[in-house]
Amino acid sequence: MKNSYYQPEDLKKFGDIKNWNEELGNKFFDYYNSVFEEGALSAREKSLIALAVSHVVQCPYCIDAYTKDGLQRGIEKEEMMEAVHAAAAIKSGAALVHGVQMMNRYDKLSM
Amino acid sequence: MAQKSLQRRGNPLANTEKQLEILSRGDFETGVLPTFVKQLKRENQFPLKTQKLEILQINLGYMCNQVCSHCHVDAGPDRKEIMTEATLNQCLEVMQNHAIATVDLTGGAPEMHPKFRWFVEQIRATTSVKDIIVRSNLTILLANQHYADLPHFFAQQRVHVISSLPFYKKTKTDRQRGEGVFDQSITALQRLNAVGYGKEESNLQLDLVYNPSGAFLPGNQLALETEFKKRLYDDFGIVFNQLFTITNLPISRFLEYLIASENYEEYMQTLVEAFNPNAVKNLMCTNTLSVNWQGELFDCDFNQMLGLKIDSENNHIGDYTSEGIAERNIQVSQHCFGCTAGAGSSCQGSIA
Repeated sequence: MKNSYYQPEDLKKFGDIKNWNEELGNKFFDYYNSVFEEGALSAREKSLIALAVSHVVQCPYCIDAYTKDGLQRGIEKEEMMEAVHAAAAIKSGAALVHGVQMMNRYDKLSM
Repeated sequence: MAQKSLQRRGNPLANTEKQLEILSRGDFETGVLPTFVKQLKRENQFPLKTQKLEILQINLGYMCNQVCSHCHVDAGPDRKEIMTEATLNQCLEVMQNHAIATVDLTGGAPEMHPKFRWFVEQIRATTSVKDIIVRSNLTILLANQHYADLPHFFAQQRVHVISSLPFYKKTKTDRQRGEGVFDQSITALQRLNAVGYGKEESNLQLDLVYNPSGAFLPGNQLALETEFKKRLYDDFGIVFNQLFTITNLPISRFLEYLIASENYEEYMQTLVEAFNPNAVKNLMCTNTLSVNWQGELFDCDFNQMLGLKIDSENNHIGDYTSEGIAERNIQVSQHCFGCTAGAGSSCQGSIA
């Protein structure tokens, strides 16, 4: 028995979610595929956004998938790491900005 | 990057039977993955049959000035196999007596063959071949003075140059093809541009070949071409006609890399899962005949490197008109999944 919640091979079974609800599954994958088509943003740019978001939602499947996707598109490692830093900066900023709430509360309760 | 060929290193993978054995074992033996034959049967496309011959691909020998880490030929400076003059003449005879639209000269570095220029001149002067392709690794044009005027020679003979350039930046290119290869390739491309190659107003065709620098499939050919064109023009003033994306097949030194980096199983799964039935009808083996340095015939250059001769008792260029050559079943193994994955792959890029 495997002793990890995440199994790399499960990524390939993503499509199986349709087995228990085909209608919603199809709607999701249609939406997903449309999102990543060329549009006002290029598919290349969207791939980098997806990679960055994968890190902040901490999805190992998505990180594997979009690192490979980036390699296939010729995205360079420097671009990938900058995208991850952009996401990480927002995530850490989002934590830190709550420090203002802490400061407000502290000041309010203190003499 | 490897410094010597598998053959020179005495690596077991230099043995084609060993490679074929690896390609038949593992997930293919246990049934986790279908063999290529099984996959074709599922699609009602077995056996794979030849169509009208359009391309005669001639491998002039395995000698090369580079030792690329992904090379499916296991070429290098230490390889001495080279086509004899008698075999060159047999190839010419076929071109003179039969309608062959395209001749594709490959190697190793085909320019290193001592009779290379003579052979190209003979094809141009004595046959009706329209498209003479030379697959150039680019750095050969700078290797020594003997090759310096090759761009002029190519232009004079209206040779169609197809050159490998794995990336538009130095790091990835040098990692795959050797230190200094990128800078030399850029200089070589500029020299080809200087004589008119790749320019809209000229009819001198210069195409580039992109193959992934690792265990992944190439991306969309058109998107990569757009990126390559922009970056090479902006950074170096280089122009070219088309970019061909080619999937690395699990053969020879790329197979060595896959196994050593523990990527082999996942790579094979990726190829099988990306099987595209629409790529099958356009596979290059259906309209190509590959000749090795000894004049033996194969369905493609990859089969040549695996020692899989055509499925006929007549399997030499000297037997060209014999029965069993024009119409034949194509020899396949699991490496063929490389040509049917995603948008498909051939020496002329994606096919689906």
